Amino acid sequence: MMRPAGSIGRRLTLLLAAIAALLSLLSWGMVSSFSGQAAARTQDNVLAASVATIAETLRSEQGRVRLELPYSAFAMLGAISQDRVFYRVSIADETLTGYDDLRGGRTPESPGEVLFDTLDFRGETVRMASISRVVLAGRGSVPVTVSVAQTGNGIAGVTADLSRRAAMMSVAFFILAVALSAFAARASLQPLNSIAQAVSRRGPSDLRPIRRIAPRELEPLVASLNRLMERLGQSIRRSEDFITEAAHRVRTPLATVRAQAEIALHTVTGDEEKKSLRRVIRAVDESSRSAGQLLDHATVAFRAEDLDRRLIETSELTKSVVESLSPTAEMKDITFDLSVEATPIRGDAILLQTALRNILDNAVKYSPPETTVKITVRRANGLAEVEICDQGTGLGLGPAQQLTERFKRGDNVAGVVGSGLGLTIAEEVMRAHGGTLSLRNIDEEGTGTCVLLTLPLA
Amino acid sequence: MRLAYLALGLSLSLSLFAQIALAQEIDVEAQRSYPGTSERVVRVISTADLNIFEPFLQQFQRSNPEIGIDYTVTSSTELHRAITQNHAFDLAISSAMDLQFKLANDGFAQTYRSSVTEELPVWASWRDLIFAFTSEPAVVVTYRADFDGLVPPATRQDLIALLRENTDQFEGRVGTYDVRDSGLGYLFATQEARSSDAYWRLTEVMGRLDPQLYCCSAQMIDDVASGRLAMAYNVLGSYAAQRIEEDDRLAILELEDFANVMLRTALIPSAAENIQDAGALLDALLREGMRDVHDSWVLPPLSDAGAPEPAAFGPIRLGPGLMVNLDQLNRRAFLDAWESAMEQD
Repeated sequence: MMRPAGSIGRRLTLLLAAIAALLSLLSWGMVSSFSGQAAARTQDNVLAASVATIAETLRSEQGRVRLELPYSAFAMLGAISQDRVFYRVSIADETLTGYDDLRGGRTPESPGEVLFDTLDFRGETVRMASISRVVLAGRGSVPVTVSVAQTGNGIAGVTADLSRRAAMMSVAFFILAVALSAFAARASLQPLNSIAQAVSRRGPSDLRPIRRIAPRELEPLVASLNRLMERLGQSIRRSEDFITEAAHRVRTPLATVRAQAEIALHTVTGDEEKKSLRRVIRAVDESSRSAGQLLDHATVAFRAEDLDRRLIETSELTKSVVESLSPTAEMKDITFDLSVEATPIRGDAILLQTALRNILDNAVKYSPPETTVKITVRRANGLAEVEICDQGTGLGLGPAQQLTERFKRGDNVAGVVGSGLGLTIAEEVMRAHGGTLSLRNIDEEGTGTCVLLTLPLA
Repeated sequence: MRLAYLALGLSLSLSLFAQIALAQEIDVEAQRSYPGTSERVVRVISTADLNIFEPFLQQFQRSNPEIGIDYTVTSSTELHRAITQNHAFDLAISSAMDLQFKLANDGFAQTYRSSVTEELPVWASWRDLIFAFTSEPAVVVTYRADFDGLVPPATRQDLIALLRENTDQFEGRVGTYDVRDSGLGYLFATQEARSSDAYWRLTEVMGRLDPQLYCCSAQMIDDVASGRLAMAYNVLGSYAAQRIEEDDRLAILELEDFANVMLRTALIPSAAENIQDAGALLDALLREGMRDVHDSWVLPPLSDAGAPEPAAFGPIRLGPGLMVNLDQLNRRAFLDAWESAMEQD
């Protein structure tokens, strides 16, 4: 198993969380800055109201500029915060009243205009509003400037408080965003997971294209997966063709060799020659059988990948296989004892024939002459069962399962030729059909073997 | 060598002279030292009379015997001047809220924070610079005999009517603060003028009665007690209450329309040297200000200001609004109006 290269879900969550963190930070900064500006503007407005209220009281009395500081002008400043307040009323450079050293602000050009300045006064930074008003005094009009300054501790406190609240809200927003990101990541990956599940639910030989409707982003993946499966399917079909072709190519010359050897056997007279020709025939037979089995095995391996599931009557199938092997059995005077009942199943007739033929072939091969091979087709326990019992040498004392392994043969058959593929083929066919193959000795001495095949009923 | 000594002596005596000259600039009404067991001394400048403050100072020294106290009594304007000229005082206590506030606003006070200052109600302190520890109403003190047989006035309107109807009886026998001299008198007058239009009419009525003008509450109460005055207007309630307890010739006239409530405040001047002990003394003062028992000291606690009596208004607000009346133009205008009302004929 390869180590996965990270998780898309986690990556998506982390990315979204990072974005959320950035946005939270940004919104905190913005809210803080806005609240600071709002607080500063509030102070400016109150300062503006204060200077305007004072300027309202400016008047001329006996040719001199007079004013009366209204209580409200300062009370309104005290109402919003505990900040220090300074003020100055001046005509040009001459201080009429207030703090004489409160200078440095700009002088408004036009009457009614309020100018704001930030300056240092007596060791503290103050915000100052100034307004000008023209008062008729004596012979001419005199421009009078009213300035009110206030320290910024109050707005600093308000800003800090709002900033802290904004920070708490941003953190809450971030936590919520992370939770939603995790949810969103999982929801987005849902189609991918469902396609993966659909693919993994498929049988090992199911190479049909994926028909599921995929999100646009997954379409290339599904398309290439489908293309891959199509190529795989083509390649498998080519292999099958190749195997069929190979079977013909191998079997036909072997048959020719055998026929020629038979003819030669009849024409030669010397015992030595006849003996060696019989050895040739036997070797050719063996090769032909082995080639047949190898090809059977290959056929099974490929056909099992894409199993045909047609309705088959087991009894009929068994009968036809028994009939096809009867001539071989007769040569050894072996009798087939066949008893059947109706057992419909679904499967690949060619594979099932191959399996039965291999088992029967084995039975005939390992049975002594003049014995009976008993074949029973029945329904039992809701399954279709085919039992083939012979009166041969049995399985020996080795473990029974090993005999179904490829090229494995029983330890008591060294004298008989065989490839050891027969049971392997049969078992693979059974497995492909969801059935089983089991072996047992009939009795303790090891004479006679039963092969039991089970298959699900149709 | 001799010359060096001479120079040293000369410079020493010069600096001594300078110090004396500086100290003499303040018009001191009374001064008393309460030495402690150590060298540490807190120099207090205050407008409160010694006999009012002494019980508190002695109580403080019982729990802090090592701290000596140097207590100087002066008027509120002198106190303001002393602090603005950076005279060496460690704690300034005054009844003139406006002047105290201006000191704090103008940077002559330094920040002080302690567990005690944090317990104060919000309205009783400003920027941790200035702290209130009493709430004292302005009252009318009367010579009881003069009001026998008269319907006691309940409002300023009633009082105006009463004075108008009994001109002969009150001629030359009405006393009040000379607001030109007394910072507290000025504070009471300006606040009252802001709160009620009756103030100016009352001032005019009093002006016609040849009013006696005083610098301080104590003298006014003395003159009422002796019968020289029939009525003293805007007297410190705390002083009056103390005197009435031992002198039944005096009575307090309860005016129901409103009462000015002044907060006596303390601050640590920026020129203070013994800040630590000044803080200890301030904490003790504020603890007195937050006490529940009313009668343990003549100066009433802060909680009196919040007493939900129908006649009682909230205390004068500690805020920049106080500075309005200290503005030289406003002050001039107010005093002009006051003088023309008070000094008729």
